[in-house]
Amino acid sequence: MSAAAHSVVEPSTTSKRAAATLVIVYALISMIPLFWIFATSFKTPPDSIAYPPKIVFTPSIEGYCNLFTTRTRQTPEYINSLPPATSFCDETTRKRNMVIAGPSNFLPRFVNSLIIAFGSTFCAVFLGTLAAYGFSRFRVPLADDLLFFILSTRFMPPIAVAIPIYLMYRELGLSDTALGMILLYTAVNVSLAVWLLKGFIDEIPREYEEAAMIDGYTRLQAFRKVVLPQATTGIAATAIFCLIFAWNEYAFASLLTSGTAQTAPPFIPTIIGEGGQDWPAVAAGTTVFLVPILVFTILLRKQLLRGITFGAVRK
Amino acid sequence: MKSTLKMSLGLTAGLLASSAMTGVSQAEDLTLCWAAWDPANALVELSKDFTAETGIGMKFEFVPWTNYADRFLNELNSKGKLCDLIIGDSQWIGGSAENGHYIKLNDFFDKEGIKMSDFVDATVVGYSQWPKGTPNYWALPAMGDVVGWTYRKDWFSNPDLQKEFKEKYGWDLGAPATFDQFKQIAEFFQNREIDGKKVYGASIYTERGSEGVTMGVMDVLYSFGFKYDNPDKPYEMDGVVNSEKSVKGLEFYKSLYDCCTPPGASNSYMGEGIDAFKSGQVAMHMNFAFTWPGLQKDEAVGGEKVGFFANPAGPDGEQFAQLGGQGISVVSYSDKQESALKYIKWFANPEVQKKWWSLGGFSCLKAVVEDPAFPDSQPYAKTFLQSMAIVKDFWAEPSYASLLQASQKRFHDYVVAGQGTAKEALDGLVADWTEVFQDDGKI
Amino acid sequence: MTDTTSSILDRAAEAAARATPETLASRVRGLSDRMVAWLFIAPTIVLLLAINIFPLIWAIQLSFTNYRANRPNEPIKNIGLSNYSRILTDTDTWIAMQATAHFVFWTILLQTLIGFSLAYLIDRKFRGHAFWTTIILVPMMLSPAVVGNFWRFLYEPQIGLFTYVVSFFTGIPTTDILMLSNVTLAPWAIIIVDTWMWTPYVMLICLAGLRSIPDYIYEAAEVDRASNWRQFWSITLPMALPFIMLAVLFRGIENFKMFDMVNLLTGGGPGSTTEVASITLKREAFEKWRTGFSSAFAIILFVAVFGLANIYVKVLNRVKSR
Repeated sequence: MSAAAHSVVEPSTTSKRAAATLVIVYALISMIPLFWIFATSFKTPPDSIAYPPKIVFTPSIEGYCNLFTTRTRQTPEYINSLPPATSFCDETTRKRNMVIAGPSNFLPRFVNSLIIAFGSTFCAVFLGTLAAYGFSRFRVPLADDLLFFILSTRFMPPIAVAIPIYLMYRELGLSDTALGMILLYTAVNVSLAVWLLKGFIDEIPREYEEAAMIDGYTRLQAFRKVVLPQATTGIAATAIFCLIFAWNEYAFASLLTSGTAQTAPPFIPTIIGEGGQDWPAVAAGTTVFLVPILVFTILLRKQLLRGITFGAVRK
Repeated sequence: MKSTLKMSLGLTAGLLASSAMTGVSQAEDLTLCWAAWDPANALVELSKDFTAETGIGMKFEFVPWTNYADRFLNELNSKGKLCDLIIGDSQWIGGSAENGHYIKLNDFFDKEGIKMSDFVDATVVGYSQWPKGTPNYWALPAMGDVVGWTYRKDWFSNPDLQKEFKEKYGWDLGAPATFDQFKQIAEFFQNREIDGKKVYGASIYTERGSEGVTMGVMDVLYSFGFKYDNPDKPYEMDGVVNSEKSVKGLEFYKSLYDCCTPPGASNSYMGEGIDAFKSGQVAMHMNFAFTWPGLQKDEAVGGEKVGFFANPAGPDGEQFAQLGGQGISVVSYSDKQESALKYIKWFANPEVQKKWWSLGGFSCLKAVVEDPAFPDSQPYAKTFLQSMAIVKDFWAEPSYASLLQASQKRFHDYVVAGQGTAKEALDGLVADWTEVFQDDGKI
Repeated sequence: MTDTTSSILDRAAEAAARATPETLASRVRGLSDRMVAWLFIAPTIVLLLAINIFPLIWAIQLSFTNYRANRPNEPIKNIGLSNYSRILTDTDTWIAMQATAHFVFWTILLQTLIGFSLAYLIDRKFRGHAFWTTIILVPMMLSPAVVGNFWRFLYEPQIGLFTYVVSFFTGIPTTDILMLSNVTLAPWAIIIVDTWMWTPYVMLICLAGLRSIPDYIYEAAEVDRASNWRQFWSITLPMALPFIMLAVLFRGIENFKMFDMVNLLTGGGPGSTTEVASITLKREAFEKWRTGFSSAFAIILFVAVFGLANIYVKVLNRVKSR
């Protein structure tokens, strides 16, 4: 490492090559678990537990069938007495001496994840933008203390927060409701949103709005027509962060929801087969769950990078 | 980004609309909560008849055993309305009765002519009554269950192995009657090569998170002479829980874990046990009886290859087994108690109970299990009856969760992590349990 | 993208304005700056008061009682500080703290070493470095619970990919590589997964640090003919140090709170070897339902994080101003 220290002199080709090799090797190794999730989701249950682990195998969508259904083992006689299988999943299931009993809960849980993650992200960014503008442009008494207080709410271990929230939601009837989870995630995310967005809005020169207000805009109009368009990159970056948090959150979801509003993260680890975990089905669920975030990461990587480093530099 | 914002707006709007609607659209559907396991799937099949008869739709919320207590006790304590019916574990009955999670069923039973005397006595005490031994019923016995063992009949009847075993231990290889014999068999199979595969002695419960290791250890301890408290002086535990016999039993369990289990079986409960047995890894397998119908039907290890035996006797000839199983209750926070009671009434019907047994559930109705044809109705039926006759259960006190957490920690620390001695573990357990009962004001 | 965001917000604001009666609307438009400030900030503060502060105060109050959330009918007794003294004198608490410390220390050390090295290499700006940076980032975007759960499969003693690869390179039979069952290996099993997930985060912050070093400093060093080795120790490292320390702070706080990944990988086992503080807290609060007791524990944890973070920030500021 030392042989190739930072220098304004363009690094030598050899040192570049060495660096590239090391980074690429690391990147590839760190991708293996994800590749394995993807591969396992297309394996049959016997292939998934083969030893040595199978890298080459005949792909099957049995894992996805099992992800979306519940099945029960029956005798061959019982199965033969049923009407012929109507779908691929039906057929595969019967080959294993089982019949499909009904749909699994994966789909509703996935929809819950969508509703709660997007709902809370929208609320957090909305509130965060307003508050950030407030803190950025006006002299708010005790602003520093308030900002620190807003941020410090993220220091609490989630389980510690969950204890009183559990009691409060029980009294208010918010346990296991999407509304309760949206409120909670909004509260957790809004601290980050205010913090990040204040930085972005601070960067927008005040003169813009002042000019607009001289032209007859009210403060609110100036905010809407001048500040917001300038802050969109920041808003986008903040929204991704809030979304990733809400999408991935497990501790609150596992303690405060039990069914109606349960999201995918506490659900996926409970996908089991006849014995322990049905790994192809778990892998299928994991894949379906990861895809949206992967797409986001790749599409919005610039904003993401900016958000992370920006947040770090400011704090 | 564009679509993100649109979607989030749309979703928030949709959310407000849907939260207002959910109450209306599914008013008739009942939700039944239970563990995610074979019998639950059998119950889904069975319940199709209920829907056909009454027009009431059934929804199900099944959670794996390792999360089951956590999730549903949390749900009940939060006064949630997710479950209309719950098949709750036997140990919950005290807390659920005292804290008003379940509705009391006495009046309903009287009105509908459901008699508790029609159900196997041990299951009525275990799953329905609180306080124990009084005629106060909070559940209808739904699923009888008990810890027992399955073994590989095909391996046990291999002539070469039989010969080798006889030479080594001086008795005929077969289902063990005592834990001494059990240990010898387990040692015999450990690391043996069968059909080109390395196999292991036995799969036992070692799970840390919920109740696994306690259920396994207790199953052995009972036969070794363990008691929860002094029979003459309730809640007096010193010298009883940590008696010499108990220490021997716990040491035995650890020696089983150390010598005769598959590698890495440090967090194994029902599911892992099934996997170990089905994949042909182990000669013997500790598990609740519910696993037996599935294993019997299994294409790889089922049929003629699997045998069943009740929990063996301990050194003094005592023989007990850990009770499992559950009763079905109506959740007091549910808005659909009428329909839920209808379901219980339907479920108590002898015809339905008979079908329940044939689909893979374990009926608790005397009319089913005392039928002369019952012992021969399935290969495991005899072992089931035998086991149900010797059951004991863990504390069913309202503080059961604290008591269980203490034993989970003490047992796992000793058996799996190898910390301290058996005596220390049990002394520690007495201290933990005493503290819980003191906090409760029971001592 | 820009247009849509603002137009949506625009429309939302317009809709709100339309819904407001005329007289009120004109008053809203003419709001004084002070009013606007409070109007903008108040909703956030109210939400935080309702969801963060009120519960916190409630928790503090409960921490002095014997309240149990699963016994709503029992009278609540005030028992003063005895929850606190019980926790602080309980050996189990300290075992949990040790497990947490071990986890936090090693994850930070490994992530900093690997993360900084990666940042340093990426800063060579080889062709395609932006692409590979994005690839490296992927693990940290994923759910620790969902992905952590899958690592149990990779760690399976006989069929897991991880054990297979280790056994392939070391020759140790797979049946002896018990990542989640062995008392010595399990704490490392969770460290490996956390390092895999969060090294990219440390890397990014270090990268920001490296890029913040102005070129003229290196130019001056070149003029002085300082060796690369010397440049690294006297320029690169000291100037990137505040960033490294920040990364350490963030990871430290996060891992002190660690729950999801460990809960799914080991659940605290075998025995109590990986029982980090949050897992103990969850057991007390949501399995034993000792609400008062666990509230006290939660507050002790909160104070600990807060205290340690504050001390750390002081040190950090001293380093920065140096």
